[in-house]
Order: sequence, then C-alpha cells, then structure tokens
Amino acid sequence: MFRLFRYLRGYVKESVVGPLFKMLEACFELFVPIVMANMIDVGIKNSDTGYIWRQCALLISLGVLGFACSITAQYYAAKASMGLGTALREELFSHMNRLSYTELDQIGTPTLVTRITSDVNQVQTSVNLLLRLFLRSPFLVVGAVVMAYMISHKLTVIFLIAVPLIGLSIFAIVRVTIPIYRRAQESLDRVMRQTRENYTGARVVRAFSRQKEEMAAFSETSLELRKIQMNAGRISALMNPITYVLVNLAIIAILMQSGREVDRGFLSQGEVIALVNYMNQILIALVALANLIITVTRGWASAGRINEIFDTCPSMTDDGNKEQFTEKSAPAVSFEKVSFTYARDKAPSLCQISFCADQGETIGVIGGTGSGKTTLINLIPRFYDASEGKVLVMGHETKEYPFWQLRKMIGIVPQKAVLFAGTIRENMCWRKPDATDEEIWEALSIAQAREFVESKPDGLKEHVAAGGRNFSGGQRQRLTIARALVGSPKILILDDSASALDYATDAALRKAIRENTKGCTVFLVSQRASAVRHADQILVLEDGTLAGTGTHEELLENCRVYREICQSQFSGEEVETSE
Amino acid sequence: MSKENRKSRETLQRVLQDIRPYRWMVALILLFALITVAATLYAPILIGAGVDLMIGPHNVDFAKLRILILKFLVMILLTGITQWLMSLLTNRITFQVVQDIRVRAFDHMEILPLSYIDSHQPGDVLSRITTDVEQFSDGLLMGFTQLFTGVLTIIGTLCFMLTMDVAVTLLVVCLTPLSFLVAGFIAKRTYSMFRVQSETRSEMTSLVEEMVGNERIVQAFCYEKEAKRRFGEINQRLESCGVRALFFSSITNPSTRFINGVVYAGVGVLGALKAISGTITVGDLSAFLSYANQYTKPFNEISGVVTELQNAIACAQRIYSLIDEKTIPGDAPDAIVLDQAKGAVDFEHVSFSYKPEVPLIEDLNLNVSCGQRIAIVGPTGCGKTTIINLLMRFYDICGGKLKVDGYSIDQITRASLRAQYGMVLQETWLKTGTIHENIAYGRPDATREEVIEAAKKAHAHSFIMRLPKGYDTVIAENGGNISEGQKQLLCIARVMLLSPPILILDEATSSIDTRTEIKIQKAFENLMKGKTSFIVAHRLSTIQNADQILVMKDGHVIEMGTHEELLKKKGFYSKLYESQYSC
Repeated sequence: MFRLFRYLRGYVKESVVGPLFKMLEACFELFVPIVMANMIDVGIKNSDTGYIWRQCALLISLGVLGFACSITAQYYAAKASMGLGTALREELFSHMNRLSYTELDQIGTPTLVTRITSDVNQVQTSVNLLLRLFLRSPFLVVGAVVMAYMISHKLTVIFLIAVPLIGLSIFAIVRVTIPIYRRAQESLDRVMRQTRENYTGARVVRAFSRQKEEMAAFSETSLELRKIQMNAGRISALMNPITYVLVNLAIIAILMQSGREVDRGFLSQGEVIALVNYMNQILIALVALANLIITVTRGWASAGRINEIFDTCPSMTDDGNKEQFTEKSAPAVSFEKVSFTYARDKAPSLCQISFCADQGETIGVIGGTGSGKTTLINLIPRFYDASEGKVLVMGHETKEYPFWQLRKMIGIVPQKAVLFAGTIRENMCWRKPDATDEEIWEALSIAQAREFVESKPDGLKEHVAAGGRNFSGGQRQRLTIARALVGSPKILILDDSASALDYATDAALRKAIRENTKGCTVFLVSQRASAVRHADQILVLEDGTLAGTGTHEELLENCRVYREICQSQFSGEEVETSE
Repeated sequence: MSKENRKSRETLQRVLQDIRPYRWMVALILLFALITVAATLYAPILIGAGVDLMIGPHNVDFAKLRILILKFLVMILLTGITQWLMSLLTNRITFQVVQDIRVRAFDHMEILPLSYIDSHQPGDVLSRITTDVEQFSDGLLMGFTQLFTGVLTIIGTLCFMLTMDVAVTLLVVCLTPLSFLVAGFIAKRTYSMFRVQSETRSEMTSLVEEMVGNERIVQAFCYEKEAKRRFGEINQRLESCGVRALFFSSITNPSTRFINGVVYAGVGVLGALKAISGTITVGDLSAFLSYANQYTKPFNEISGVVTELQNAIACAQRIYSLIDEKTIPGDAPDAIVLDQAKGAVDFEHVSFSYKPEVPLIEDLNLNVSCGQRIAIVGPTGCGKTTIINLLMRFYDICGGKLKVDGYSIDQITRASLRAQYGMVLQETWLKTGTIHENIAYGRPDATREEVIEAAKKAHAHSFIMRLPKGYDTVIAENGGNISEGQKQLLCIARVMLLSPPILILDEATSSIDTRTEIKIQKAFENLMKGKTSFIVAHRLSTIQNADQILVMKDGHVIEMGTHEELLKKKGFYSKLYESQYSC
C-alpha cells in the first residue's frame, strides 16, 4: 500500500495539512471536559453566573474552531484521496494497455476490470479514512490520558490499565473475525456458483433428473454458510458487551478512587465528571480506530492486488523501434522455422513452421481445434513473439517495427465477434479514425453487411449496445469483418470468422473478398475445407506442425491429414469427384 | 401510492408469517432489549449519584458509595449479558431465516418451467437468491431490533430526564432535532452529487469492461491512445464529482458533532444555573450532560433504519415474486414410469409456439420407428432446439400428441421420460466437481471402472489421464480449465455411461479436432446401433444416412423427407445443399 502513496505526489499539502487539522479538532474536543469541570468547580461552587456564561462561550467557540478545522480537513482528505484514485486509475489503465497477450493470458481480462474499478475504489476509500483518522483517533486516546494525568496523577493508573485492555479486546475481536468473514465470503461465492450453475444448466439437470440431488447439495452449502456466519456473529456479538463492561468497570474504579481523593481534598466533583467523560471519549476513539483498521486492511488487500498488475511487466515492447520502409516486392508474410510455446505450456504449440505468402495471395489455414491455427496468425501482428525462428512482414522482422506501423498494415477479424458501444460508424472507424462514409459503405458491402445496415433507421449512426448485443451473431460477425476492411489493409486475417454465417452468405463473402481486395494478402482460417479450397495456398496444421502446403488438388493428392479432413466433411465420393 | 402501500403491507404480513416459528425468540430479544436499554440509561444516573456523594474534603459518604458501586457493578454485568444474548439471538434468527428462504427459492428454481429460465437473465435470479435474501433479513431483523431499542432509548431518556428536571429536558428536546435538520439537509444536497458520481462511475465501469475486457482487440487495432483519451476524460469527471460528493457527505459528521457541542454547552449552562439555585445537584447535571451526548444517536439510527426497512421490503417482494412464480405442473397422478423404452417416437398433429400470437410448429406428423435416424437441418437460428425442447418435454406441446412407445408423453413421469434420452448439446454444461462426478452425473453410483469404460468409448480417457489428477481433477466453473473440445468429450462420456434408447445429438463439429471427431463419429455409430436418434446435423454424411430429414427455417418445419426426395423437390433444402457443398 505504501507504494501507492506515491500517487499522492501532487497532493502533499493536502495529505499533510488534512491530518494536522484533524488533530487540531481533536485538541479542541479534549478541552471540553476540562471547561465543564471548571464550570462546576468554580462557577457552581462560587455561584458565579458570569463565570458560567464565559465558560459557555468558551465551549461554543471551541466547537466553532473544531468545526472549521474539521471541515478543512475533510476537504483536503477528499481532494487528496480522490486525486490518488484518479492518478492510480490513469496509470493502471495505461499499464494495462502496454501488457502484451502473454500477460493478458496469464492474468485474464475480467480480473483486470475488477482491479481498476473496485480495487481502486477500495484503496481510495481507505486512504480517505486514513487521512481523516490515523492521527485523530490515537491522538484522542493519548490526549485523554494526558488530560487525566493533569487532573490526577494517581487516577491515571486506571487509565493506563483500562486503555490497553479495551484496545486489546477490540483488536482481538476484529482480528479473529476478519478471517471468518473471508471464509463466509468464500462460502457465499459457492452459494452463488451453485445457483448460477443450476440456472444455466437447467436443461442438463432436468435431462438427468437430478433436481433432488442438486437441491440437497444447495441446502448443504447454504447450511455451511449459515454456520460460518453464525460463528462470525457469535464473536462480533462480544464486541459491544465487552467494551461496555470494561469501560464501566474503569468508571467504577474511578468513582472508588475518586471518593478517597475527594475526601482528602486532592480532587473536586467537576474533575471526577471530567475523568468519566475522558474514559467515554477513549472508548469512542478506539471503536473508530478499529473501524479504520478494518477498512485499511481491505484497502491493503486491494493495494496488493493492484501492485500485482504493476509488477507484471510487458514481456515485449516496441521501444526504440523506428518506422521501416516496406519493400514493394517482398513477400507479405513469411515464416522461417518458427516455433512458439505459450508461457503456461511446456510443449510448443507451433513447431518449425516455414512458409511464404506473396502479396495479393489468399492463404487458407486449416486444421482441428488446438492444431495451432490461431497461434500462427497471432504471430503476424506480433501479439506474441516467436520463441524460435523469424516472422517477417513486408520484408522486415516483426520485431523491428513499432507496433502502430505493423498493426496498421493488418486488418484482423478475431474469432469472437465483439463490437463496442457507440454507433456503427464509430465501430467502423477503429482502424482508420478519419474514414469517409464511402470507405465504410464499401467495406460493409464486401462484408455482406450493407443490406442490413441500410435497413436500420439510422444507417451508420445506428446505435450499437455494449458488446453489440442488439445485433445477431451473424450480423456482428459481418460488422467485425467490415471493421477490419476499412482503410484497405495490406494483410487481412479472418480467424474462423464466418462460423455464425449460413453457407450462402459465407460463400458470397468469400467471393466478395476475393474480387474486391486486390493486392491484399488474405489469411483465411477455418475448420471447413469448403472455405479454403479456392485459396492459392493452403496450410494444413496438425498438432502445431505443418502437415502440408499447397493447393486443394495438390493436398488431396499428397496430404493424408487434408484428405481426412475433407473426407469427414464431404461424402466420400465427393472428395474423388470434386471440381 | 396506496396500492404500493398495500403491497408493502402484504409483503410484511408474509414476512411475519415466515418469522412465526421464531416468535418466542423474537419475544426474548425484545425482553433483552428492554433490560439493556433501561440499564444503559440508568448508568449515568448512578454515576451522577456517585458524584453527589463526594461533595468535598472530609465530606464523602463512603458507606453509601460502596452500596452504589455494588449496584452499578450488577447493572453493568446485567447489561453486558443481555446485550450479548440479544445479538446472539438476533444472529441466530437472521441467518436461519436467510437459509430457509434461500433454500426455498433455490428449490423453487428447480421446478420453474424452462420458459421462465429461458426468458430471464441468470443475473437477475442470482441476485434474488443471494444479495436480496441477505439484505432482506439483515434489514428486517437487525433493523427491527435497532428500531425497537432506538424508540425505547428515546422514551427512556425522556422519562429519566423528566424525573430530574423539566426545563433542562425541554432544552434537550428542543435543540437536538437541529442536528437532524442539518444531517437531513446535507443528505438531500449530497444525494444528487452521489447520483452523478455513481452514474459517472458506471460509465467508467462499462468503458473499462469494454476496453480492458477486449484488450486484445484494442491492441490489434492500435486503439490504445483513443481508449486512454476516453478513459482519461471520464476519469477527470469522476475526480471532480467524486471530490464534491465525498466532501459534502463528510461534512455531516462534523456538523452533527458541532450541534451536539452546542446542545452540550446549553445543557451545561442551564444545568449549572439550576445547580446554583439548588433545583438539581451536580450529579444530575453530569447525568444530563451524558444524556445530551447520547440523545441524538437513537434518532440517527432510526432514520437509517427506516430506509433499510424499506429496502428490505423491496428485497422481500423480489424474493416472494420469484417464489410465487408459477411452477411446472406435477406429473399426472396416474403417470406411468417408463422402464426401458423401445424407442418409437410419434408426432401426431403436433402444434407448438412460444408465444400464442406467433405460431411456430403446426400440424407436425412424424412417425419414427425404433432405431431410425432423424436429421434436423437448417440455417443457424432456425429453431432446431425447439424440437429438442418438445422431445424432452422442456416445453409442453400446445396441441396434438407426442408419443414415446405409444404412450403420450404427458402420461409418463418426467423423470422416466427423460431417462430414455441421451442428450449432447452444443452448449456444453459441466458442473464444478471432479471429472468422475461429471461423467457419472446421470448415475452417481457408477463405479470408477464403468466411468473409465464410458470415457474410453467417448475417446476422453487419454486426455483425462493427462490431467494432473486424472479422474479426480476438479473442473472449474463451466469447465474453465479444459478446452471446449474436451468439454464436449466429457458430455458425450456422460451419455455413454447411461446408454439410453433414444439419443439427441447436437452435432458439435466445430470444437473437436477432425481426427478425434472421426473417432467420436464411429463411437456414436456404435452407440446409435439399434437406437432411435435425433441429430441436429451439419455434416453431409449424417444427413445422407438419415431415415428422415426435417428442414427447418425461422422456427417452422418447412420440408420433410429423405435426402433424395428433398433434392428432387428442388426446394429450400436443395438450395441449402448446393450452397454448402459446392461453392
């Protein structure tokens, strides 16, 4: 957490002045019992009404001063903690944008989302509370003891015994309950998981007639949660009674001792009342401190989670890469003995792949799930670096380009069709922010999306909900294809991106791409032989190795794996008589 | 408004009904609350009396002081114990009621019709069963005891004060509401600020979910700068509205503290003047001072409790509306238990639709004899799952008869009907649990040997053995730690184990690699031997070998027949066939 304090940099004044003012307020608060004691001991005893009114005025001015200090402190605390939160978020977001695919695989994007939202909020809240209370509460406790000492040396002993006792019991209870509450949270997660699972899997549960067993299992989890909660409740239920009893025992001790002191003339009535008040003040301050500790503990955990992200360094950067001149005649993409192993795996996902794709060629990539198709195309825009070998785009190794130059040449359509909240137009401008309407319409027609976009009342200005939820799967896919086509990329990568299209549309799409993107190198990844059979070159992948390259006919002739794929998808005679 | 009030009252009545079994415990809680409040309020008076016994040097009544202290000691211990018992009991009831209602809601979910489940977001039901239940019981029971003690404290304080002095009491009663006014004023002012803040915050969350959630696409399109600009803009707005909301809301505490200070000073002056005139003692003054300090507390608590109670009622309403949701009718009393079907399925003039105004399937006639193979084809989203819904009786047909082995399916118990089917859907669903548990889902008593046997037939054995703990490997929620293809294999193994007479297969070609797929195809062939099967088909060979093909489009069955018959027809099927297999 301390590491995150550097985000308070711009708020040094606020984070120093805030707590100081809070302390000042505590000071004024500590004077109140003394003033009241004087009112009793001097004012009442001597029947001095004037004195009483003067003390009253003093009390009110103490209140006004305290109020002013406190407001200032709250303002500074709010400003500093929000400033910290804002700076932290900004920095975290930039950092996340720098992470490469390897780190994103490891951490997982949903985790990143919670860290930048709820974790940062948690830190912000605890810093705010910390700035407000970390000086005030301890100061109140110590101050009250000091005041007590000034009133009576002898009676301070009671304070010195009572304060640690009360403090210890509060902190002991807090400490014991924190892990139990964590267990309760875990148990609650299980309750949620079972509910979600049974809801989404209702068909399967019913198909297997397992409702009774699921109910029993849920009831068990629910019982377990109750037991943990009861356990936590039992312990935290001790907090109030214990502190109450301890404080009042201390007050009893004060009364007993005071009786003797008053009798001997060392103490007055007003002072006894003041001592009792100080004891009560201490209790309030200690409880506040305990709450502070709970919040800060939570903030601490969040800070740890945030630092985990900061500690994850991007495994590849484009630092120092200069813009490259691309050669006209160079092959668009070539792989030279490329192998690749994911960070989490032991075995390589790609092994010694070599091929060369000339500009304007259409390359089909085919193979089963897990054969390495997506891995292969992910190396082209340098989402990962090859573990061995070289990946060249337009004659230069991908490592030599700055990211922006490399990725601007490439239009990619990922497997999962994701659109972003906004308008269709905004989504179409992702590759080229200043794309004209003509360019966009052209891309939409190639992607077979023109018709349905035109049918929308607002055309290009049609609203797109987050994730593109207001479009069907097929429409989303066509829009993501159009998005990649805007700005005429030199290399177009379609990663199994026609899976939600019916066959007729799929065929029309492939035809349109073939005819309208002259000079553009197209990578078509698919599991369907029919999708790649017209490619200039087909790469057949199996278990990360290149099982064959060539045209449809060549591969049918001499590639066993390709033949098997075709046989499983077309009827036997069709493979023989194709074309 | 009055309608809403009535609804709230009805809900409240149901809640009371649910708490009825615990009414003795509730009564005990109230009793303890009463004792606690009385004792707590008596303490300042005792302290004051103690102070009054020490008037000055050589003027301390030790005998009386000792008795008083003894009394005080008993009071304290009593308060401590009742306070403790009170929270224990409250906890007990709260958590018990939570569990009762939660289990009831979950059990209800299991018998809701699938039409409800298909049309409601899981998040909605999830939040009812988890957070709503929690808030409901927290708000209601904790809130209720707080309300009760709060009111008692106010009344008690007033009584105690009145016994000592009317004027000072009046002063306290008149001045303390000031602090509420201030708190209320601030709350009203900050409400809109908090709204702006939470709006901005949710705006930021959705941007972050989009951008960070799709970080890969952001990077692929070099969108980082733009993303950062948009983020930064919202972040700035969040900062300025956040500071305002935080600052203004944090004024509340100092303000009420200030008002309390003023009341304290007022009580001090008036009390002191009264003490001079001898109407009250110094001890009384000290009691008044501590009452003045505490008097606002119950008011603040009560005002918090009221919103909490309202919230709890709203939560209760949501839970009850789930529990009241109509369930599927039970099996007919004379429903027969189908032991082992032969596998004949007949559709006789079957009609069905999800919404009465949109007819889907009309007058569907289809006789499937044992061992026949029916292929269902059509473009994506054509409603192939509708047929599955009807076969499995996830939805009831609207007209006609659907028979298995000659029995109309509404005369068969659901469990025994469904036991005749083996279903492998494209959307895989696995339970959090071990591989073994998942394969044995339909027959939990299956031995390890049987499970391994089924896994081998489904070609899942080899990948299972490669997992760190083999068959005891725990699968994370929805199979997070294994691939889509592997999940599919497990689902197939799950059916393999049961080997039911009728199969429903959603041909899941897309996620299993080609070679395994061929093997599975062969395994399915074996499994299908002598069995009736319905296949949502993508593969030409499956379609060509089918005894009947149902061609579906937009939810309707538009053509029906064998491959040759349909090709001759030159209808939708032949067009589909051509676009798919010869481009």
